[in-house]
Amino acid sequence: MNLSTQTKAFALLLSVGLFAGCSTTGETMDEGGAGTGSDVSAIDQEGGSTVYGGGDEGGVSSSGLTDEEKQAAEEQAKQAALREITTFYFDFDTSEIKPEAREVLVAHAKYLASHPQQDVRLEGHADERGTKEYNLALGERRANAVKRFLIVNGASRGQIETVSYGEEKPAVMGSNESAWAQNRRVELVFK
Amino acid sequence: MRQRTRTTSRHAFLAVVIAMTALVNSAHAELLIRITEGADSAVPIAVVPFSESGTMPAGDKVSRIVQDDLTMSGEFRPLPPEKMLSLPSRREDVYFRDWRMLGQRYVLVGELKRSADRVSARYELFDVNRQERILGETASASVNSLRTLGHHISDKVYEAITGVKGAFSTRLAYITRDTFKGKPRYRLQVSDVDGKRARIRLESQEPILSPAWSPDGKKLAYVSFETGKPVIFVHELATGKRTKVADFPGLNSAPAWSDDGRSLLMTLSKDGNAEIYRMDLASGKLTKLTDHWAIDTEAVYDHTGQGIFFTSDRSGGPQIYHMDSLNAEPRRITFGSRYNARPRPDNEGRFVYYVHQRNSAFHIARTNLKTGEETILTRTSSDESPSISPNGRMLIYATKQGDNSVLTVISADGGAAYSLPASEGDVREPAWGPIVN
Repeated sequence: MNLSTQTKAFALLLSVGLFAGCSTTGETMDEGGAGTGSDVSAIDQEGGSTVYGGGDEGGVSSSGLTDEEKQAAEEQAKQAALREITTFYFDFDTSEIKPEAREVLVAHAKYLASHPQQDVRLEGHADERGTKEYNLALGERRANAVKRFLIVNGASRGQIETVSYGEEKPAVMGSNESAWAQNRRVELVFK
Repeated sequence: MRQRTRTTSRHAFLAVVIAMTALVNSAHAELLIRITEGADSAVPIAVVPFSESGTMPAGDKVSRIVQDDLTMSGEFRPLPPEKMLSLPSRREDVYFRDWRMLGQRYVLVGELKRSADRVSARYELFDVNRQERILGETASASVNSLRTLGHHISDKVYEAITGVKGAFSTRLAYITRDTFKGKPRYRLQVSDVDGKRARIRLESQEPILSPAWSPDGKKLAYVSFETGKPVIFVHELATGKRTKVADFPGLNSAPAWSDDGRSLLMTLSKDGNAEIYRMDLASGKLTKLTDHWAIDTEAVYDHTGQGIFFTSDRSGGPQIYHMDSLNAEPRRITFGSRYNARPRPDNEGRFVYYVHQRNSAFHIARTNLKTGEETILTRTSSDESPSISPNGRMLIYATKQGDNSVLTVISADGGAAYSLPASEGDVREPAWGPIVN
C-alpha cells in the first residue's frame, strides 16, 4: 500500500514535470547549466510546477530579479488576456471540457484563488436540439463540469454559483451547426 | 427483432393554418383558423347549418364550429354547405337518398333557440346507410359561450361515430415567445384546442417552460425562471393564485401530476445531480425515486398511475426508462437510436410517445409497449414536446417552420392534421389538458 502510494506520488511528480516540460518555450531544462533567470520564470508560469526547475540557483541576482519582475508583469498581462475569454464550448450532448479551454480556465481558477472575495456565476446552456428538460439538466452538467475544474485548480466552492438555462437563452439564433456550436456553452459571469 | 417503420400518412395531408394576431393592450391573443386543404380518405359527414330562432351573437356559427372541429381531427371530411341539396334541421326533412348520392355517411342537423341570455341547441345525427338516428340531444350554453356549445356537440358526434370520447372541449396550455421593447417576452397561455379563446396567464421576461395540467384541469404546474433560476410553481387558473412549490438549489424542473392531483413528480438537483423526486403538495415532503450519477429527468406517471416513465442518460445517451412502481428497478424501453427523450404514455398502456433522433433530425416517435415496435410519426425534423390528447387519438408537438417554432397537431398514428403558428415569434411547449366533465 505504501509502495503503491509512493508509486502514485512519483508518477504524479513525473507527470507534473512532463507537463511543465511540455509547456515551456522549448528550451532544454534537463541541462543544469542552461538555467537562466528567464528559464526559471518560464517554468514558473506554469503554476504548480515550480518544483521541477527549483534546483537551479542561477537566477538569484539583482538583474535576475528585475527580469523576474518584468516576467511577472508579462505573466500578469498574459493571465489577464486569458481571462478575457469567459465562454467555453461543448460538443453535442457532452459536458467534457475541451483541451483548448483548460489554460484559460486555469487562469480563471488562479484568479479566483487569489481573489477570495470574487464570486462567479457559471451559466450552462445547450443548443436547441433535443428536449427542453433534458437540455436543462445538460446545461447544469456543463456548468458543474466547469465548476469542478475551477475548484480542482484552486477556486473555492463558496465562490461559485451555477445556473442552467438549457436551450432557453441561445447566444446565436438559427438552426444550423454554426449556431448550435456557439450555443452549447458555459459562460462565466463575474459579479 | 425490433422493427422500425416510417408511417406514411394514412389520411391525405390536411393543413389548417392558424395565425395568431396579438391584440395590443388586451389580455387576449386571438387565434384565427384557415383551412387550406381537405382530407381525402376521412369519413364524409354533412354538418348542415343549424336553423336559428331569435337573435344570435355575431361570430362563428355553432354548426361551423362543429364542422371545423371534425375537420381538425383528421378523421372526418365535412361536406361544404354550398354542395348540400337541402338544409334540413329536423328528421322529417332529411332525405337519405340525397345524402347518399352526395357520398355522405352521416348527417348532423339541428336548430338553435335563444331565450334571454341562453342558447339551446336541439340536434340529431343520422347514419345515412342505415337511415337511422344515432344521436339526439338538447344542450344549452350562455349566449357568450357558443364555442363551448359547438365543442360539446363535436364531442358527442365524435363519440357516437367512433366510440371514443371527443376532446374538442379540452384546452391547450403553451408558451409563446416574442420580443417586446427590445426584451424577450414569454407568455403562458391557455386556449381551446383550435387555438381560439386564448388567454394569457403569465408573462415574464425570463423563460417559462414545461406547463403540466392537474388532472381536474384547474391548475397548471410549470417552471419559471422569473427569479433567475428554474423554480416550479403551481398556478390556479380560476383565481390566478400562484404557489412556489420547489425552489431548491440547482434545478427545479419537469413537473408532472399524480392521478389524484395531490403530488408532483419533479426533477431536482439539490444534491448535485439531476434526480427524480415525488413531492406531496400538502406537506412538501420529498421522496427520491432515482439515485444515479446520470441525468434522470422528464418523469411522468404511466397509465396505471403507479409506475413512471422517465429519461435517463445512464447508458451514455438519453433513453426512455420505465419503473413498474416508484421503487422498482428501471427498465430501458427505447433502443432504436442514440437519443430518445421526454416520454408521454397514452392512457391505455399501449404506446409511449417521445422525441427521437434519427440521423441529424429530431422526430416524434412511439413505441408499442407490447411488441417493442418503434414508429416514427412525424416528417418534420426539429420536433419537441409531444403531448397526447386525453382520448389518445391526437398528438400535439412543437416544431420549426423557418426560424420560428410552431405547434402541430397530428393523429396519434401519424397523419398530419393542422399547425398553430404564432404571427410573430415562437409558440412551443404545448400541454393538452384533460377531459373535464
